[in-house]
Amino acid sequence: MEKRTSSIIIFSIILATSILAGLFAFPRGFGASHMPWRLGLDLIGGTTLVYDVDLTGIPSDEQAGAVAGLKEVIERRVNLFGVSEPRVNIAQKESGYQLLVDLAGVHDIRDAIEQIKETPVLDFREVSRNATGDKIYTQTELTGRFIASATLGFNNIDNSPLVVLNFSDEGAKLFEEITARNIGRPLAVFLDGQSITEPVVQQRITGGTAQITGRFTIDEAKTLVKRFNAGALSAPIKLTNQRTVSPSAAGDSLNRMIDAWLIGTALIMLFMILYYRSLGVFAAAALFIYIALTLALFKIIPNFTMTLAGIAGFVLSIGLAVDANILIFERTKEEIKKGMARIDAINAGFKRAWPSIRDSNISTTITSIILYFFTSSFVKGFALTLGLGVMTSMFSAIFVTRTMLRIFVKSKS
Amino acid sequence: MMNFLLKHGKIILITSTVLVIVSVTSIVTFGFNLGIDFTSGSLWQVRMMGVDTDELRVFFADEFGVEELNIAIDQSENIYALTLREISENERQDILTAMKSKFGEVEDLDFSTISPSISSELKGKAYTAIALVMVGISLFIAFAFRKVSEPIKSWKYGIITLITLMHDVAIPAGVFVYLGKFAGVAIDINFIVAMLFVMGFSVHDTIVVFDRIRENLLIIKEEKKRQPLQEIVNRSVKETVARSVNTSLTLVLILLTLLFLGPISTKMFVLAILIGTIAGTYSSIFFASPLLVFAERFSRNPQK
Repeated sequence: MEKRTSSIIIFSIILATSILAGLFAFPRGFGASHMPWRLGLDLIGGTTLVYDVDLTGIPSDEQAGAVAGLKEVIERRVNLFGVSEPRVNIAQKESGYQLLVDLAGVHDIRDAIEQIKETPVLDFREVSRNATGDKIYTQTELTGRFIASATLGFNNIDNSPLVVLNFSDEGAKLFEEITARNIGRPLAVFLDGQSITEPVVQQRITGGTAQITGRFTIDEAKTLVKRFNAGALSAPIKLTNQRTVSPSAAGDSLNRMIDAWLIGTALIMLFMILYYRSLGVFAAAALFIYIALTLALFKIIPNFTMTLAGIAGFVLSIGLAVDANILIFERTKEEIKKGMARIDAINAGFKRAWPSIRDSNISTTITSIILYFFTSSFVKGFALTLGLGVMTSMFSAIFVTRTMLRIFVKSKS
Repeated sequence: MMNFLLKHGKIILITSTVLVIVSVTSIVTFGFNLGIDFTSGSLWQVRMMGVDTDELRVFFADEFGVEELNIAIDQSENIYALTLREISENERQDILTAMKSKFGEVEDLDFSTISPSISSELKGKAYTAIALVMVGISLFIAFAFRKVSEPIKSWKYGIITLITLMHDVAIPAGVFVYLGKFAGVAIDINFIVAMLFVMGFSVHDTIVVFDRIRENLLIIKEEKKRQPLQEIVNRSVKETVARSVNTSLTLVLILLTLLFLGPISTKMFVLAILIGTIAGTYSSIFFASPLLVFAERFSRNPQK
């Protein structure tokens, strides 16, 4: 009797949590106002641009900072043409860094690609000479990302146009240090990989302003100022990958996926109830709890973005989630056939089916983990939802079903 | 079931072996139709009404110098999936405008380009993932069959599980060679994922049956009875067939709804898993178990 009371308490907690989880995961009402779902571009439409970052010449301990700077500048750039919530993500790979730029709902992305492409790459390099007298440039930490603003100025001797750069506080400090250790030597300013001017440093420069003079026309100088004000890059980038999904095709995918999910789930519940009768009803109830808990779990993962592949993985996990129930119920039926009482047979079913359940979930879990760590971002979404789904399903199919059976079957017998 | 497996075991084994040989020969002779994930280039899906593929090819070649164009058509949706070299967004917009003026209504659905550096990286990742899943699954099989039981040595279960796994992957792979050859369906990274998923599924389905064979062998041994192996295998298959079919059936139900009602872009992925799941269910009942009996018979009496 005591066991049953504790089962009732446990089940009440599970039920309350599941209802809350369901409300939280449901994309209307409470669920919409608290941490709304982040949907991938394949579900809402838009473009993903993937850029390779060229970090040649940047010391390895400064690469992460340079990439962070790139991200910031591109975000600012993308904001300029009014994309709602642009997302720029950094992906670190064995071959280097990649920037993934997500532009939701932009119809003509030609402009976006152009804008990003034309962002200038600026950096300062120290100049020295080797034994044969050739110039050697050493990259400094001071790059375009430390520029707060730029203005157009004119040289007061020959009236040639020049660009005045105002550094951020951090940039000003770096500039001061660099000028301090290069007094009497030239300091090169590189724009898009080309040295444009190499003035000799006369003294330590404080205050965080630098002038770039050089062979500019007024128009060139004006464009540069505009671009610097929008942000300059700390390293060159190259577009290597593009994916554009039209909003209508994306919406269609989302709707069809949800339809398939609902109908597929209903079919599985129907099958379980028709085949296993009263036991099947408990499996169907456990499946509801599974769906609510798993969706809420996905939603609270920081930065989790639901993609088409992610939903596909989740939907497949529903097909696998009742596996544990089937293994238990088949075993239970066998024990009943052998002449065991129903309640004992159920207990034996749970106990003896456990090794098969464990084994059958291990192979899917192995596959999910490997897919998650070793493949592309599309596959990651699938592997994550499938893997987490399979693990949560063990909880729902075993623990939740058993708790329910302890409450309801005992009262019957 | 009992008599069926006994009587027809040989025929089933031969049929399955022939199917695998046909699949493998097709893969070797025709090869896969590799998608842009592995070859780099652009994949563009548009919706158009009744445009002739030859006309489309001529249009791309004459107007934009695109000589190599692979076209796969989804008839029910009027979706044309065009695979061509890497094109820039500017070029794409020009082509779209030209297509609209030539073919009428053209709906731009999905476009992706992959540069050679990314495709070679994806290829590398696919190899790594396949190798790791194979190693992981082999280790898991070794673990699952670590308890040696007579009269069958545990490594025999392991080897047969691996042979069954290859059978289950070879069949969908063979089907996709033909889909590639005759319907222009390309193999992408999702196909690899589908095959890895099938591997995981195949192993667990086979293990459920083998577990029961082992359990029954132990019971027979304890009771000091003697019973021919094939009868024990048949009984085990009979005892596990409901759970094996039912666990697969729930997955098949979900896959069928995804295939017929789900998004167009996941159709081929779902189809690959569906074929693999059916092959996996079939093989654990009709292929792996008779194979175990024949392997045992052969090792006892190699002349026969």
